[in-house]
Amino acid sequence: MSASPSVTPNAIEVRNLNFFYGKFQGLKSVSMDIPEKKVTAFIGPSGCGKSTLLRTLNRMYSLYPGQRAEGEINFYGQNILDPRQDLNLLRARIGMVFQKPTPFPMTIYDNVAFGVKLYENLSKGDMDDRVEWALTKAALWTEVKDKLHQSGLGLSGGQQQRLCIARSVAVKPSVLLLDEPTSALDPISTAKVEELVHELKTDYTIAIVTHNMQQAARCSDFTAYMYLGELMEIGKTEDVFFKPKRTETEDYITGRFG
Amino acid sequence: MGDKHISSQFDQELNSISAKVMEMGGLVESQLRHAIYALNELSTDVAEQVVQREQQVNALEVEIDHDVSSTIGRRQPTARDLRMLLAMSKITANLERAGDEVARIARMVKLIIESGAARSLPSSELRVASDLASALLRRSLDAFARLDTDVARAIIKADDEIDREYDGFLRKLITYIMEDSRAISPSLNLLFLAKAIERVGDHAKNIAESTIYVAEGADVRHLSASALESATK
Repeated sequence: MSASPSVTPNAIEVRNLNFFYGKFQGLKSVSMDIPEKKVTAFIGPSGCGKSTLLRTLNRMYSLYPGQRAEGEINFYGQNILDPRQDLNLLRARIGMVFQKPTPFPMTIYDNVAFGVKLYENLSKGDMDDRVEWALTKAALWTEVKDKLHQSGLGLSGGQQQRLCIARSVAVKPSVLLLDEPTSALDPISTAKVEELVHELKTDYTIAIVTHNMQQAARCSDFTAYMYLGELMEIGKTEDVFFKPKRTETEDYITGRFG
Repeated sequence: MGDKHISSQFDQELNSISAKVMEMGGLVESQLRHAIYALNELSTDVAEQVVQREQQVNALEVEIDHDVSSTIGRRQPTARDLRMLLAMSKITANLERAGDEVARIARMVKLIIESGAARSLPSSELRVASDLASALLRRSLDAFARLDTDVARAIIKADDEIDREYDGFLRKLITYIMEDSRAISPSLNLLFLAKAIERVGDHAKNIAESTIYVAEGADVRHLSASALESATK
């Protein structure tokens, strides 16, 4: 199924994407667009392929032998599935935040500066500015500005997750992939991350996988419903949650699935 | 609701609200039939019963609104569940207003009887309109119960007939008043009564529009007849 959810330019265009874990096919001929500077949410039951799809978008799967993708993923016109694709550069432009906060065992400052150092050679002053900028973007600056040189592991779960977002944002990617970024967080931290997602979309294209359908409804512009490796439906979030086109989508979002 | 939610409790809540809406609809229908009977038979007793029973209609409205907001708050319904709950809330509001109109009919019947001019007024001219309104209200509730959008569309069109009947009645009443100026006061009561019948038809139409909204997700309020036909099915 192919769908163009909007007239805004696309950051990513997925075409006939098939994905295999060895012999098991995790994605089946998925075609869809991810519009620029919008939030696109992926929902669907466990094992439907939503995380798999997210992980193909920055070739995260290349870390694992036996996993392969066929088809095209055009990122501003460049097929990122091309074997010649520079993966480090790709992941700097398409950042990812995972389900569980994954701060490095180092200071808050170094957590944010770490990725930047891989790609850019900044002076101390410029790096200070970049760290502050990224922490501000991630809505964490005011909470940590007086303890930048304490360990990132000392932060609360919600703060750690925002630190990971700051770390991704610091390298100035154009796309942020969020894989269930709030499933390990309490409601207040969840609300802060959702608020952050809303603010970040002025500068970034965001793709978010979530088990929480209300989260998709709250913070996304477009919603994609996946089932058994297929993209069942993608559309404007308000349409998908109010009058979905397919009964399969409706059954899932209204809790009739199962 | 044809199929089941994973949460059977959610199904029970929706079914319970739906049952209350139908109960309220049945009550307003019955009230309307009694009010029309009171008008045709000039029965003060029956008119008085209608006025008394209006409280039951109002109480059901409050109860249903409470249930709807509680279910929305706790379940965060989406798609057709959300449309169904919003529609039930609107239908309840329309039924309550239809109930007010019916009570108005009953009060006017009492005033007309008290005026002593009842037998000379052209109230029998309202039979077609009142039968139409009664049928529309019944059919609008049937269509909602079965989510039958064909019947709902037919009701929206049929409401025009009541409007035409009302216009025709108005002309006859004006002629009557010109012939006998002593009957102006009871005639005005009859006019208010006729207007109340016409309003019941409007509420039946609104209920039909809500039915289309639930079933198709299309908002067909304020559409022309041709636009209504072509609105997404």
